[in-house]
Amino acid sequence: MAGWIEACGADDVDEEDVIRFDHEGRTFAIYRSPDDEYFATDGLCTHEKIHLADGLVMDDIIECPKHNGRFNYKTGAAKGAPVCVNLKTYPVKVEGGRVMIDVG
Amino acid sequence: MVIVGAGECGIRAALSLRERGHEGSVTLIGAETHLPYERPPLSKDAIAGADEPAPKLIASREMLEERNIVLMSGAEAVALDRQAKSVALSNGAHVPYEKLLLATGAAPRRLPLAEGIEACVYLRTFDDALAIRAHLKRGIRVAVIGGGFIGLELAASARRLGCPVTVVESLPRILARAVPAEIAEAVHAQHVRHAVEIRTGSSIATIEHGPDGVRIGLADGTTVEADLCVIGIGAVPNMSLAEQAALAIENGIAVDAELRTSDPDIFAAGDCCSFVLDLYGGRRVRLEAWRNAQEQGTLAAGNMLGGHEGHTAVPWFWSDQYELGLQIAGLSDEGSQTVRRDTGEGAFILFHLAVDGRLVAASGIGPGNAVARDIRLAEMLIAKRACPPPERLAAPDTKLKALLAA
Repeated sequence: MAGWIEACGADDVDEEDVIRFDHEGRTFAIYRSPDDEYFATDGLCTHEKIHLADGLVMDDIIECPKHNGRFNYKTGAAKGAPVCVNLKTYPVKVEGGRVMIDVG
Repeated sequence: MVIVGAGECGIRAALSLRERGHEGSVTLIGAETHLPYERPPLSKDAIAGADEPAPKLIASREMLEERNIVLMSGAEAVALDRQAKSVALSNGAHVPYEKLLLATGAAPRRLPLAEGIEACVYLRTFDDALAIRAHLKRGIRVAVIGGGFIGLELAASARRLGCPVTVVESLPRILARAVPAEIAEAVHAQHVRHAVEIRTGSSIATIEHGPDGVRIGLADGTTVEADLCVIGIGAVPNMSLAEQAALAIENGIAVDAELRTSDPDIFAAGDCCSFVLDLYGGRRVRLEAWRNAQEQGTLAAGNMLGGHEGHTAVPWFWSDQYELGLQIAGLSDEGSQTVRRDTGEGAFILFHLAVDGRLVAASGIGPGNAVARDIRLAEMLIAKRACPPPERLAAPDTKLKALLAA
């Protein structure tokens, strides 16, 4: 499995929000920032494998819906207890109204 | 710096002392022999998970060593000498302190009728969970005494393992102390769907142990028979050290907003302490909740180092049973009006508003984490003391985030 894949339509994600995207047994989270940029990370929190897409996006932070672990979704950086492992991020581009991510 | 109690609260305090740059000694005293671990999985995956259970560690041995945190495990603090500023341990050691944090937690409330009966067990520690797991083979009959969170989560786990389960609750409904009736009804219905027998309004007259397990006699003359009886009738704060040292007690070790006890060099945090919530007019509460333990541990660390930060967090907790997730922010009994918001797939949120229209709590239930985001936003509205229009709260297409910005 290599390279760029289509994750969703650009309008499928609200501003300052997140949706879940599953692909070949993997799960990702696709974000749209308040300044209208798109980002992608692994879909599960590094603490207890909770789907981050159920969480709350505030500015550039995604907060896990279960234990309030916080990550910067632009960089993947863990932002304090209970999470201590960073989140993997993926390159994103928008082409023709479609959000593409590079799953590597 | 000395911390008594190596649970969620104590270890968070220890880690936070280092994060805040404290360079002096940090000693963590824990009665259990395990490294500090998370308790929430004990009623769920530790019981019914497919994998061989292991404690979910909060801090590894390397993490403690790296941070020069001394963990004295398997050591119970038995006496506190405030004049000498020293804690005596069960192994005879004396640990001197400059500042002390009591993060002693709570212990299961004991049921006198069950004393001495081997098949009656409690759940608080990882070892308790292992003992329960060892009993729970398919077909083993389980009785749960107490329709609170621990009991109901255990009931759900026992059903996952194929055990017949009867829950006995003395009050007219389950979760009577913790959640509004509508939410409790949704939880009740889910347990009934999973073939759990729930006997509400049933007080226990006798418990007898026989060759076929335990026989529980109810006040109405009927009996419940089980091979294993798990008792979850609440928890009592561990405050014997504080009592013996004559610290102020009020439904727990009484602390001020900065988590200081009546002795300025001694702090208390987590399940063992009662504290005042400014948000609810200075009401004194004691919370038995994971996030509270974590937040107060971190806050206490700052104030032990000379800070003066008050506890302002909105109370919050969750429970998972089967595929349902329940979350509550705030204190729902502060509300006089309830507004319901249905968010699809059976999920709903109750917003609790005070007489003056202020949002004081939100309780939600739904599949998975369906209500999590709205409850989190409600928590922020509660912290802001917002008075959102009830009709907008009720409308699922109103984004709570928009109300927050208003």
